[in-house]
Amino acid sequence: MGKTLFDKIWDSHVVDAIENGPQVLYIDKHLIHEVTSPQAFNELKERSIPVYRPNQIVATADHNTPTMDQHLPIKDALSRNQLEQLSKNCADNDITLYELGHQYNGIVHVMAPELGITQPGMTMVCGDSHTSTHGAFGAIAFGIGTSQVAQVFASQCLLLTKPKSLRVTVNGTLKKGVLPKDVILYIISKLGTNSGTGYFCEYAGDVFENMSMEGRMTVCNMSIEMGARGGMIAPDETTFEYIKERKFAPQGENFDKKVAYWKTLPSDDDAVFDQEYTFDAADIAPMLTYGTNPGMGIKITETIPIDENPSFKKSLEYMNFEAGASLINQPINYVFIGSCTNSRIEDFRVAADYIKGKQKAKNVTAWLVPGSKQVETQIIEEGLKAIFDEAGFELRQPGCSACLAMNDDKIPKGEYCVSTSNRNFEGRQGQGSRTILASPLVAAATAIEGKIIDITKHLN
Amino acid sequence: MKKFTKIISKAIPLAVENVDTDQIIPARFLKATDKKGFGDNVFRDWRFDKNGAINTDFSLNNPIYTGSILIAGDNFGCGSSREHAAWALVGYGFKVIVSSFFADIFKGNALNNGLLPLQVSPKFLSILMKTVQENPATEIEVDLENQKISIKKLEISEGFDIDPYKKTCLINGYDDIDYLVSKKEMIEAFEAQRL
Repeated sequence: MGKTLFDKIWDSHVVDAIENGPQVLYIDKHLIHEVTSPQAFNELKERSIPVYRPNQIVATADHNTPTMDQHLPIKDALSRNQLEQLSKNCADNDITLYELGHQYNGIVHVMAPELGITQPGMTMVCGDSHTSTHGAFGAIAFGIGTSQVAQVFASQCLLLTKPKSLRVTVNGTLKKGVLPKDVILYIISKLGTNSGTGYFCEYAGDVFENMSMEGRMTVCNMSIEMGARGGMIAPDETTFEYIKERKFAPQGENFDKKVAYWKTLPSDDDAVFDQEYTFDAADIAPMLTYGTNPGMGIKITETIPIDENPSFKKSLEYMNFEAGASLINQPINYVFIGSCTNSRIEDFRVAADYIKGKQKAKNVTAWLVPGSKQVETQIIEEGLKAIFDEAGFELRQPGCSACLAMNDDKIPKGEYCVSTSNRNFEGRQGQGSRTILASPLVAAATAIEGKIIDITKHLN
Repeated sequence: MKKFTKIISKAIPLAVENVDTDQIIPARFLKATDKKGFGDNVFRDWRFDKNGAINTDFSLNNPIYTGSILIAGDNFGCGSSREHAAWALVGYGFKVIVSSFFADIFKGNALNNGLLPLQVSPKFLSILMKTVQENPATEIEVDLENQKISIKKLEISEGFDIDPYKKTCLINGYDDIDYLVSKKEMIEAFEAQRL
């Protein structure tokens, strides 16, 4: 029997196995940030264990950083302390850190791929559930807890039970206005928030084959929202082309050797998956969420379903939506384009393309938060900033920002935010805030109109 | 890590599905650099309103419910990987969370902190939830050694699964770091062979 992409990478990283128990899996790259690493550094210090492979760790500050005036000292004492702690821990342990203001600083899942740190065939972890993003390159990448961060610090390994395999195939041609974000929101709306739990998911079919690397990252990023620890897409020419000549990518002859190996990674034709789902691209439309988990999604033209489940009703009550209602014409005062799901240059190009020559609605506060310093620079160099400025959008500095609202970028209580982020949980974007997840195109259109519109009627 | 022993306790019902880790501990409380104090803010935005007033409708605030066992709806712990969620639940005093399904990362985080994520059948969960809601004095016994959860008064019980390695860790208070560091030579050999 053939092997899956996941099997090939996993099996080549198993150091040892406990009888009737987990396996010791070797980790190639460990990404860290300020929020989930300090307790792990403390743990090692208390136990007098050194960091085993500091050169396989890369750190950034992203979750708890301001998106304005980054050159000034951070006002909030707790946030400042957390960032200082990260700098000190990295300095003490010889770990590369792209701190606030550094030209490579950015959201961990934007920064690592754009620097060529993320490569096919790798095992990668980070104390962040959206680490699944890096699977877009054909890597095994997944989020871990802080105890596991400490384990990787101590041994460059983790004790894990091999997950089951799942494949989601989408074939056909996407309709105009349907973006990678819509594809993954559609999949999660069909499968639910826990269908992937216990699985690693491979996305296959021509929709993903024809997708850019940035689109693939958007898809893999949200794998965790259906419960899957990770998502993957087979590496191909698009992948190799993206990685080539990036800062930490293998260079010259070394690159060619790597490509030859990467070409052996895609799942064999006779590989068998524990679970398979297939969807038709033609059925996918621009999506919106109406509830308080990412599985509660509908096509923009559909109405909110009717369900008597008490948790479902509690969710609609929180959102102040009625079962059976449409979201078209729903007034919206906040729009956020950013997060590790949708803060790469292509996302801002899509938004700028729609916004160009139009004006933001007066009632809307529209924040655009690039995923990294490099994306920020690209936005300026490509002239997109001028378009955003003219239309009344606010381009901020890079970071996780209003996706989780740890910093000051919070949506006020009771307000709706059409957001390109990944979670619409209660209070996720600020206490009492109400999140509607959507693509950058739908978000941009909402900001222009001040309400949700049927974007499919507004495209040429 | 503390050793996990047999637990007999009353329980607190939380009849909500898909409880995500943002509800267990909201992001604004993740600025601490140690593991202490998270228990004070567990389920913060369900326990208190924005002005800090107590929400008396919420089961954790209802004095008739006490105990170190939380009984929760399906798919508990989904969302963010923040281990702060496990620290918050342990800090509040929980030793066991019972649900019909747990999200992966939360489950691992709980086990790494001596908190038992105990998965039961939907049918058993529904009986357990109803029993505790109707009779808060009901005592629940969690026997990890024999992998059994019982509603004492009703003499109803159900077996549960747990990874045998994790079970040994919980019972003896071991954690994974001890094991991994003991494998250092093997890890070095693995690295050498890959170069």
